Amino acid sequence: MPIRFRLAAQAVAVVLAIVAIALIPSTIELFAMMQLTLFAAMAVLALSLAFIWGFGGILSFGQTAFFGLGGYAYAIAAVNFQDSTPSILLAIVVPSVFAAILGYFIFFGRISDVYLGVITLTVTLILFNCVNSTSGDEYRIGKALLGGFNGMPAVPTFNVPFYPDQVLSPEQSWWVTGGALLGVFLLLRLLLSLPAGRIVVAVRENEVRASLLGYDPRKVKLLTFILSGAIAGLAGALYVNWGAFVGPTIFSLSLSAEIIIWITVGGLGTLLGPVVGCVLIEYIVAYIGSQQAMNSNLVLGAVLIVFVLLLPKGLVPTARDLLMRLVPAPGPKAQLAEERVPPSAAASHMAGAE
Amino acid sequence: MADLVPLLKAEHLTMRFGGVVANDDITFTLEEMELRCLIGPNGAGKSTFFKTLTGQLVPTSGAIAFRGHPIAGKLPHEIARMGIGIKTQVPNVFNGLSVRENIWLAVRRKATPRAQGPAVDAVLEMIRLTDHADRIAATLSHGQRQWVEIGMVLAAEPELILLDEPAAGMTDEETGHTAAIIREINQTRAIIVVEHDMEFIRQIAKKVTVFHQGRVLVEDTVDKVMADQRVRDVYLGKKVAA
Repeated sequence: MPIRFRLAAQAVAVVLAIVAIALIPSTIELFAMMQLTLFAAMAVLALSLAFIWGFGGILSFGQTAFFGLGGYAYAIAAVNFQDSTPSILLAIVVPSVFAAILGYFIFFGRISDVYLGVITLTVTLILFNCVNSTSGDEYRIGKALLGGFNGMPAVPTFNVPFYPDQVLSPEQSWWVTGGALLGVFLLLRLLLSLPAGRIVVAVRENEVRASLLGYDPRKVKLLTFILSGAIAGLAGALYVNWGAFVGPTIFSLSLSAEIIIWITVGGLGTLLGPVVGCVLIEYIVAYIGSQQAMNSNLVLGAVLIVFVLLLPKGLVPTARDLLMRLVPAPGPKAQLAEERVPPSAAASHMAGAE
Repeated sequence: MADLVPLLKAEHLTMRFGGVVANDDITFTLEEMELRCLIGPNGAGKSTFFKTLTGQLVPTSGAIAFRGHPIAGKLPHEIARMGIGIKTQVPNVFNGLSVRENIWLAVRRKATPRAQGPAVDAVLEMIRLTDHADRIAATLSHGQRQWVEIGMVLAAEPELILLDEPAAGMTDEETGHTAAIIREINQTRAIIVVEHDMEFIRQIAKKVTVFHQGRVLVEDTVDKVMADQRVRDVYLGKKVAA
């Protein structure tokens, strides 16, 4: 019974989200909507780390590597084809292939977690320096000039699939970006409720036990890594579509750190938390930036410290715990079984996230 | 039928760590449906032997075969897929997941989706955790988590089960339950148990292999082993004699 109730509640939430995405352009100003478009693109990036870190147990500092590769793949392809349709596809495929190659050596080489963090961080820096030093006419791919430190301006934005001359309006771009965010969110939700997703969580919980049951943790982690790279790549394309620009700072370390802060604030081990954390933090950063009274990095650091000390679980899990305490549960089962999972695998991600 | 390949056969197995010989020329055979206990004082080589059986260590020389297929050098998940179920000494369970999902993860490799539910229920019944099925594994007592792990090993339907100190840290009552579970498993499957607790071994054992200084000291029925003077000297000491 509680499971049916939860499913119904989730269906209502999805419908509400669709309605909100549909109505936003007609209710708020263009500037605010553009900002929301940026936040939605960043939230897709947040989801990519939320999945691999919160559910796969792999702390990758390199999500911006895939994000940047996706952005550049989109920009280069869009300049060459003058059509966003194959470019978006490439923005997903290129980072996935890169993740597959990098991940193969990391996971099949049995490299430990700490080194995984170092390697992903270093790869991001290498990409930054490579792209940063491509100034000059000789660095071009087809018609696309890489532009080095200056980046690539005037990248064609999204168009109606297969109709290059029908460029999307800002409203339509919002619908695509907001829709992509909802789509990725629902896709990950679905995946996590399927056996494949439960195995990802099992490997996070106990790699030794998973392998003693016959699961190959190397393969599971590699696939998790590739999927999260693909999502980050899509986020890169959405980001470039928002600004019609891509530059090497897309590989920056500060962005890598920011994603981790979004997730810490929103709640590790959830999907909703990182989205909330991302929008909240990005909003604060944008607000502070427009005031010019304080340094936004200082505030970000303070926010991170406050959350780690006072709300280590993050916003969403804390709110959920409070709700559960307020609503008297019918029995111990309802308290422990968690959202969305089918009865055969009623499980929780509450633990193991820390 | 007498020439059937034994379930598990180790021949001239030697394991060296630098200058230390942890296992010295061990030959060991396990028949179908057998229940075997491995005992020996600390440093006798039982853990090393267990680890070579589970693929965690690759022997320096010698061969191990499961139904005639070599094991040495295979990865843990490959050994699991051959049909060997392993319970490690420190309980390895999925702490953040419910008991039911722990078992389900083990069941689903073999069972069809339709058969998974009943199979999980049957295992829960056997390990006596039906009432705790929806609890998170981390919230269970140490003994209960040991059972969850035994349950997972069982649920994967292996043909050979290796248990490393299954009764470690259990109360007397829990140890009794565990012995009952092991006897029940042995109705259909072969088991190797590494154990320190002599009371527990008396409750379950039929045949016992005693390790001493990296070699097999004696291999016989539990009563004869307990009566053996050499075994008393190296391991059992006055505790049993008294």
